[in-house]
Amino acid sequence: MLIDFSKIFGRSKPSKDVAKERLQLVLIHDRANVSPEFLDMIKGEIIKVIQHYMEIDEGALDIQLTRTKSDDGDRVVPALIANIPIRNVRNAGK
Amino acid sequence: MGEVIVITSGKGGVGKTTTTANIGTGLALAGRKAVLIDTDIGLRNLDVVMGLENRIVYDLVDVVDGVCRVKQALIKDKRYDGLYLLPAAQTRDKSAVTPEQMINLINELKSEFDYIIIDCPAGIEQGFKNAIAGADKAIVVTTPEVSAVRDADRIVGLLEANELRNPKLLINRVRVDMVKRGDMMSIDDIIDILAIDLIGVVPDDEKIVISTNRGEPAVTDDKSLAGQAYRNVTKRLQGEDVPIMNLESEDGLIFKFKKLLGFKTT
Repeated sequence: MLIDFSKIFGRSKPSKDVAKERLQLVLIHDRANVSPEFLDMIKGEIIKVIQHYMEIDEGALDIQLTRTKSDDGDRVVPALIANIPIRNVRNAGK
Repeated sequence: MGEVIVITSGKGGVGKTTTTANIGTGLALAGRKAVLIDTDIGLRNLDVVMGLENRIVYDLVDVVDGVCRVKQALIKDKRYDGLYLLPAAQTRDKSAVTPEQMINLINELKSEFDYIIIDCPAGIEQGFKNAIAGADKAIVVTTPEVSAVRDADRIVGLLEANELRNPKLLINRVRVDMVKRGDMMSIDDIIDILAIDLIGVVPDDEKIVISTNRGEPAVTDDKSLAGQAYRNVTKRLQGEDVPIMNLESEDGLIFKFKKLLGFKTT
């Protein structure tokens, strides 16, 4: 059986994954022409609103500007994608 | 009416001119009438890649300035029926032509040709604006490198902003061995990032250098893997449904045998 030594010795991840991650980060700013501060502002506001209704994992909240196909599949449109892990849903509002 | 396709990339040196030459020649080989326009004024190269550098009399700037008629400036490629080149001017700069002049020129050529392929200069300034002005479709060329993909992303955004919807992606110079060991972004990685449709994947192939040395596009070489990839791209442009070439088998023994024996490899 083959043993993956790179995993055992915790070698660094493949360079193409580094490339992909770096690209995804740099493109957020290229695409929207917005600063990281601007995204942080949006992030702060979203946290505030959502916290009224549910408990979220603020540290793991991920928000980015990306691109997606439009509904008719004919165009590429910018999209704001937020990944918000929920810890607990508050029932107070019920 | 002819279809107008602009070949663009943002970054220089990723293979726009090579792609233009190969797609144009491929279309001519398939029996279509195609004209290639080099819009890289001041840095023309499509002429040498096509092997037509000794036949230039008039150029793009002469045509738009009214020095000559379009037909006088078109160089007919004697090797391939229906293939023509309109070279760029070498001693002028990109401001010598306006987008309006490009649109007028293209409208004149549209009735004569099935395909008008425009080789766009690198960058996003005047030359880029001229090149995309009259285009119906765009092909964005990139290589699996961060700089090329980043620039391709910017170009996709600019094309959209200029109403050139649904650009197609051509990934050039892919090295399967490097992708396999995780040192080069894969086709899927790049599509993931750019989120546009793929029109072709061209492997890194020495034959491209050799064919450019000779001024004969690789698409005419049956044994060239890149040539095969470009033949597939031209088929897709004509509406044929051709699967993306499986590059995995590139370094396999059976593949080499097949190539040696002249079998078609798809």
